[in-house]
Amino acid sequence: MILQNVVWTISLVGMGLVALGFVYVIRQAGKPADDAATRKAAHTSNLLRRWLFGSLLVIFVGGTYATLHRFPIAPQHTPLDIHQVVDVVGQQWSWQITPDTVHAGSPVEFRVTSKDVNHDFAVYAPDGRIATQTQAMPGFTNKIVYTFTQPGTYKVMCLEYCGIGHAPMTSEIKVVAASGG
Amino acid sequence: MAALTMYPDSERLDGGNRVAFNLYIITAVTLFVLMMLLGLTMRLGQATWLSVPPDLFYRILSMHGAGMVGTAALATTAVMWFFLRKYVRLHLWAFLTNYVMFMLGALCIIFAIFVDGYGALWTFLYPLPVHGMGLWSPNAAALFMLGYLLIGVGMLVFYLDAAAGIIRVHGNLGRALGLQWLFRGTIDPDHPKAVVASTMVVIANTLGILAGAVVLVMGLVNIYYPEMALNALVAKNLIYWFGHMYINATIYMGVIAVYELLARYSGKPYPISRPFLWSWAVSTLFVIIVFPHHLMMDYAEPPWLVVMGQVVSWGAGFPVFLVTVYGALTNIYRSNMRWTMPSRLLILSMFGWAAGIVPAILDGTVRINLVMHNTQWVPGHFHFYLLLGVLPMALALMFHVIGQRADAPPNTAADRLGFPVYLIGGLIFVLAFLDAGHLSVARRMATHLPAWTATDEVGSIGAILVVLGMLYFAIRITVGLLKAPARGEPHGGTANTAG
Repeated sequence: MILQNVVWTISLVGMGLVALGFVYVIRQAGKPADDAATRKAAHTSNLLRRWLFGSLLVIFVGGTYATLHRFPIAPQHTPLDIHQVVDVVGQQWSWQITPDTVHAGSPVEFRVTSKDVNHDFAVYAPDGRIATQTQAMPGFTNKIVYTFTQPGTYKVMCLEYCGIGHAPMTSEIKVVAASGG
Repeated sequence: MAALTMYPDSERLDGGNRVAFNLYIITAVTLFVLMMLLGLTMRLGQATWLSVPPDLFYRILSMHGAGMVGTAALATTAVMWFFLRKYVRLHLWAFLTNYVMFMLGALCIIFAIFVDGYGALWTFLYPLPVHGMGLWSPNAAALFMLGYLLIGVGMLVFYLDAAAGIIRVHGNLGRALGLQWLFRGTIDPDHPKAVVASTMVVIANTLGILAGAVVLVMGLVNIYYPEMALNALVAKNLIYWFGHMYINATIYMGVIAVYELLARYSGKPYPISRPFLWSWAVSTLFVIIVFPHHLMMDYAEPPWLVVMGQVVSWGAGFPVFLVTVYGALTNIYRSNMRWTMPSRLLILSMFGWAAGIVPAILDGTVRINLVMHNTQWVPGHFHFYLLLGVLPMALALMFHVIGQRADAPPNTAADRLGFPVYLIGGLIFVLAFLDAGHLSVARRMATHLPAWTATDEVGSIGAILVVLGMLYFAIRITVGLLKAPARGEPHGGTANTAG
């Protein structure tokens, strides 16, 4: 399951529902109601708002728990005990990635920083989708933990605008099959 | 009922007020067209339909970003002034000072970008402004920042005048927000929604502008005394605290037009309520503390701030969906809605805000941000609620005012054609951005991979339609505003009434 596809689907459904709501109300907007119908509409509207509030509350609580109960960012101030460690340094306009070959199937800890301005270390999977990313900020080291599942060549791009050489600031990471696999 | 008078005398524009309002609006619509042309140029460049060298692209991007944010603020400040002056005393000199400072600041920014080559974007993310690598000088960065400071000072003058006026009438800002009625008491039915929204904007955006001023002054010091280095993470927090509140203030200033005008076109009262007051109280807090969602990929940011950024981003949907948008839809449901340009634009603005917030909330989720941050998903969602939300709010007032001068709400055949051109173009434009984000297309890149250009081409077509629509609106509004008031201008004319 590709996360980007899930997000795109949820967005289209959400925006579509909003659009349907507007279309429905706009079609009713030219049909003035008498007093009795107005009272009934007000009652229905209040009821519907409560249902909407309840639904949004469930989505809010459930979604917050589902997305945060395991915090998606690795601890930054404690040793991670990960055996594959890659140091990443960004500078206008190149990446220094050491080593640039890792094994699939076991976690990799990227330690990302910058020598000059803000960059963004984004790892693109062979299918062209972003696999993971973090900012490369001068004076800070951000740690990402990511487990590659598929061997291949992963493109590295800078996703934080960093000057005229921003677009060509690319590199590669080679992911080979798990050792012994 | 006063609220249903289409053109009340208290909104009359004459003498200096008319000159000031026209200055704001004509400047704003002209700048919108120019900034849209810059945006179109970038999309055409990314689609490879036009050759745009990278150095020019990033200067255009810097101008487009700063210009659009500033112009949105200029236009919606006029919205806030237009209505707030009915309820509290505002000084024309403060409103004009803001305009003059805006223009001076804009000149600094234009000079910094197109003469001195500044290309570090509207976000001036430290320390990029001092790392021009030969493309721009430290002086260019300083001039750009000075431009921001001038604009910020002008806006503060206007806000301080507004705050003084509000406090004179309501005693303090809390009472103006209606906090005394959150839990108990009978709400004053005449308490103006415009005062509630304006108070929120004054509180939040004053803090935002002050945060911006701090980081701008620190940045200026660093330009000339590099040994006085800044902490990049602190600087980024301040920049986004300022930037987020500044652009969000445009929504909250613009929506005053919906509160004030919608009932006049639907013929149904749109009264103040306890949920309304709650939504604005909550939004005041939320807009101040939501900014860390811009720093989710900065893992050095304290985790509690990142969590707060996500939780508040999601929570921000409640007041929008349940109160403002739902209230607007309830107001027009089974009403005798009169579909003219102002009413079409008011409803479009509600749709743009509500629909645009869906991808925005998703992007404010840490897990999703991991794969969507700084892709075109981001311009996709903010263009959605700015292009199809905020701008229609301001346009609705502009068309309303020219309707006042022409003796009837505008609804010519050309209007009826221009509106769908803008709407369809806008939808194509923003959906192309969102689809590109879904495909991991990076934002803010002068050159795109061949696999990315399909969405650029679709987006360019949408942008062309948007520019055509906006160009028509700009001409129509400018001509309408400069036209002399109709004989026996219909101040106090009756609004549409239901049944």
